[in-house]
Amino acid sequence: MFELLWLIPALPFAGFLILAPAGSKLARPLTALIGVGSVGLSAALAFAIGIGFAVSPPPGYAYSQVLWTWVSVSGFRPEIAFYLDALSLTMILVVAFVGFLIHLYSSEFMADEEGYSRFFAYMNLFVGSMLTLVLADNLLLLYLGWEGVGLCSYLLIGFWYKDPYNGYAARKAFVVTRTGDTAFSVGLFLLFTSLGTLQIQELMQRAVQQWGAGNGVAVAAAALLLGGALGKSAQLPLQTWLPDAMAGPTPVSALIHAATMVTAGVYLIARTHVLFALAPPVQAAVAIIGAATLLLAGFSALTQRDIKRVLAYSTISQIGYMFLALGVGAWSAAIFHFMTHAFFKALLFLGAGTVIISLHHEHDMFRMGGLRKQLPVTFWTFLIGALSLSALPLVTAGYYSKDLILLETWESPAGSPLLWAAGVAGALLTALYTFRMVFLTFFGEAKGTADRTPGIKMTIPLVVLAVLSVAGGFMEMPASLGNVHVFTDFMHTALPPVRSLPVLPGADLMLEIDAALAPLAGIILAYIFFLYRPRYAERLLNTTPGKLLHRFWFSGWGFDRVYDRFVVRPFLWFAGVDKDDFIDLPYSGLIRISRMINGALIRTQTGRVRWYAMGIVIGAVLALSVVVFR
Amino acid sequence: MILLWLIIIPFLGGLLAWRSSSVNSVLPRWISLAALALDFILIIALWVQPGFVLSPPGGLMQAGGGMWIAEGNWKWVPQLGISLHLALDGLSLLLLMLTVFLGFTAVASSWTEIQERVGFFHLNLMWVLTGIIGVFLSLDLFIFYFFWELMLIPMYFLIALWGHEGRFYASVKFFIFTQVSGLLMLIAILGLYFIHGRDTGVYTFDYLQLLGASLPPAAEFWLMLGFFIAFAVKLPVVPVHTWLPDAHTEAPTAGSVVLAGLLLKTGAYGLLRFVIPLFPRAAFEFTPVAFVLAVIGIIYGAVLAFAQTDLKRLVAYTSVSHMGFVLLGIFAWNEIALQGAVMQIICHGVATGALFILAGSLQERMHTREMSRMGGLWAAVPRMGGLALFFALAALGLPGMGNFIGEFLVMLGTFRVSAAAAVIAAAGVITATVYALWMIQRVFHGPVGFKGEIPDFKGRETFTLAVMVIIIIWLGLYPRAVFTTAKPALDNLQKAVTVTETAGKQIHDGR
Repeated sequence: MFELLWLIPALPFAGFLILAPAGSKLARPLTALIGVGSVGLSAALAFAIGIGFAVSPPPGYAYSQVLWTWVSVSGFRPEIAFYLDALSLTMILVVAFVGFLIHLYSSEFMADEEGYSRFFAYMNLFVGSMLTLVLADNLLLLYLGWEGVGLCSYLLIGFWYKDPYNGYAARKAFVVTRTGDTAFSVGLFLLFTSLGTLQIQELMQRAVQQWGAGNGVAVAAAALLLGGALGKSAQLPLQTWLPDAMAGPTPVSALIHAATMVTAGVYLIARTHVLFALAPPVQAAVAIIGAATLLLAGFSALTQRDIKRVLAYSTISQIGYMFLALGVGAWSAAIFHFMTHAFFKALLFLGAGTVIISLHHEHDMFRMGGLRKQLPVTFWTFLIGALSLSALPLVTAGYYSKDLILLETWESPAGSPLLWAAGVAGALLTALYTFRMVFLTFFGEAKGTADRTPGIKMTIPLVVLAVLSVAGGFMEMPASLGNVHVFTDFMHTALPPVRSLPVLPGADLMLEIDAALAPLAGIILAYIFFLYRPRYAERLLNTTPGKLLHRFWFSGWGFDRVYDRFVVRPFLWFAGVDKDDFIDLPYSGLIRISRMINGALIRTQTGRVRWYAMGIVIGAVLALSVVVFR
Repeated sequence: MILLWLIIIPFLGGLLAWRSSSVNSVLPRWISLAALALDFILIIALWVQPGFVLSPPGGLMQAGGGMWIAEGNWKWVPQLGISLHLALDGLSLLLLMLTVFLGFTAVASSWTEIQERVGFFHLNLMWVLTGIIGVFLSLDLFIFYFFWELMLIPMYFLIALWGHEGRFYASVKFFIFTQVSGLLMLIAILGLYFIHGRDTGVYTFDYLQLLGASLPPAAEFWLMLGFFIAFAVKLPVVPVHTWLPDAHTEAPTAGSVVLAGLLLKTGAYGLLRFVIPLFPRAAFEFTPVAFVLAVIGIIYGAVLAFAQTDLKRLVAYTSVSHMGFVLLGIFAWNEIALQGAVMQIICHGVATGALFILAGSLQERMHTREMSRMGGLWAAVPRMGGLALFFALAALGLPGMGNFIGEFLVMLGTFRVSAAAAVIAAAGVITATVYALWMIQRVFHGPVGFKGEIPDFKGRETFTLAVMVIIIIWLGLYPRAVFTTAKPALDNLQKAVTVTETAGKQIHDGR
């Protein structure tokens, strides 16, 4: 069974290889069949392998498959090889299955677009690269998948290439994430130079053997990998590309910019957790960056008008939670939140896509409203997604994963009450902006008519994801609520559990109640401000600090402006000034000088004998005087 | 003898192509292809001959001892120590394969572009290739210099006769830059000849005999510099790169392909084969300077590429950037970096050649190279767009493509010599992303900026570029063949340097 592992990424790649050269020559139904089918097969295979893994796990709970040696130069021997353990299995299940649902949804959503086959070719390439990323057994192959997903993100953000803004957003995404990737690649140089391998398991073993906790090289290496993770996962200070990435078609945002690619940074840190554990300062930075990002992005989400930008900031914020979990060593909790987030955020994006397309590509929530009646299925599924994102206690998947993170943030020796408080505040904020979105979009008076209701291929993914957004949480419940630990028990075969400090009896429950109250408070506040008494919100906005804060948060805390001022413009200025390459000046100067001498000498050729005779006389006098007077 | 044929076939092929143009204008093209095919068969035969890849290199630099895949040595002017000494090792073999392959693409890409003086065009094209093949095979410095100059004249004609608007300026600039730097090399060759002769009593131009010569440090430095400048101009290294954008831009497509794909590589080959092995101590003292020049080239070339509005000029500046990686890898001088440099040489040749073919095809169809007059071409020519995207991604070093392997190995190998140089070079990857994506945006994306009919690629062009795509992917995912072919040659070069260094040390200590 496990020998078929390589097919999981290979199938989507095969889909790409068929679709890319064929272009629009294939009929649309066939294109959809290949595009959706390849990912579907891959998902089915992932399930089969997952069941095999659960029924009879491989020795050591890990299976690796070497396909061929990629490079072999003087001890540098990365292989094209896959590594399956609880962590990568969870990742491929989510990626392939959510990927399949989104492909199915797209086959209807994109039906009227030109470039239908191009869309599916890029989507298949993305899924193949993402599966390679999570299955890679060495960091170089992981890097290949990493850059591959970045490329697909660029291609798909700029899918509607005729609008220059889309191209700008696409380039921004690629360049900003590549900035982080550069740090990542330097990290690879450092790791290989000091430990002599890039094979992940081997690397982690050698790191523990050679480096103690806090070792300088370990800290540097972890920091460099973190750079890559920050770019890909849109965390401070490299988060600026994600809101603009919403220029792409909505299924792209659902798949790449919510469910899968943007969590690659989380995966990378979890995968190399041994290294991060050896670098306490970096791990602390991960927690602090996560906490700061989740708050900053939460405030920005609160001010957006574009429904997709709300979801984009929300994604940044939720990945902030995952980073917070990673930073306190709650590796499994981070992956759990990754999974539930993949379900409910994909659901929300797909729901938003349905709304947008039924209103003729309207993105502005203030021009929506009242869609509850017109799009009932979309509304109910969207509501479930929103509740899960807000972490409504007891019944949603988002609650169980967020609660686990908050609990472990408190209990872990690396955590602190301050980080916990940031998380709880973020939970309130999340519920607030989420329900602002729900109320503006689906409640109130209708401002437009939805004249296109989603068909079966768009409805099925919504319903399935809605079920998962609820049921996905029941595989992990805290001690006070059923005490189910299916997920973490499974994950602990690959990732170590948190070494929790002893907590006072009853404190658990107190913490959980606090964490449960925050979302409820957020929903109630949203109800008051955006449905019951919208005047309150307006009045708040019309104060001077209100206006300033609103503008500041709306623009994403001014990061774009700073980068524009200090990076982009100097670069453009230099490129503009030096277009003609000032190093060429001395050479063209030589040309000019020789032309001048040439011109001067030509002028002596007057054709007048008197001048020539004079010249000879002067020359003779000079020559003689040199001889006489020296 | 087979090595001599490798040189004679394209030489005669060129002559024949020239004479045949009186029959019709297609015959020269087919004759050139046939000559290249013959050469290609010979090279493949040398490559797959049994035992080569597996046989460990024998003693150092001993003819017939396993060092060379093929060797031939004919006395020419024994009184002056000049002989026609040709030899082929894995390094030269890879470069010969690249030469002949790009020769094919050059002929194919001129198929419709060149309509005037077709015979003479192919004479020049084949003779440039002859010179390049000679450079990659010569082991006698006199002969090497001969071929070095032989490349120059036909290239000058290619630019000056079949080039674009600014061809006269560009061709003269190209000529003067290479000629002046070539003269510096000639002086250095003669200096080496006389110093070695005075010290040992043996006056010879033979590379193998000159290897390991113990020179006074000052003399070694100046001789090294003479060679270095000649190769640096060809490579090119900032600040002696300014001939390149003009020459590449103004040359006809085949000329640009040969310039970027091959002529630049002779500079890299010269550094690898001559500068470091002949003058190891001076070269190593020079390493920091070379590193600084390399990283400046990487960043500066990329920024200038971004600044351009002329498509061919943009691609030309990317070469400055990519050759910085080659310079870095050569001076890092460890196996990983050297293999990376060789890989980068090959993949840059293919990928940049492809970009020049694309730029040339666009110019042929639209009669402009100005990107501001393009835009939105994807809708009209999706096949060209997809291929351009592919090679732009190769240029920005996307993993899975050969260029990534080259750059990554160079930086990985450089990191242990100078972490700072590797880090700055890695930053160059960001700037590469910027120019590559900007190029795609301005030509193929955005609103449609060009009115009129543009036909997409047909069979001949698609086939040529598809082969190039396959090569880049092959080398990106399974590059083993290149490494095993280059390894014995690189090992030998490294051994030669170690021997020279220790010998030099002993002599200096003895004094």
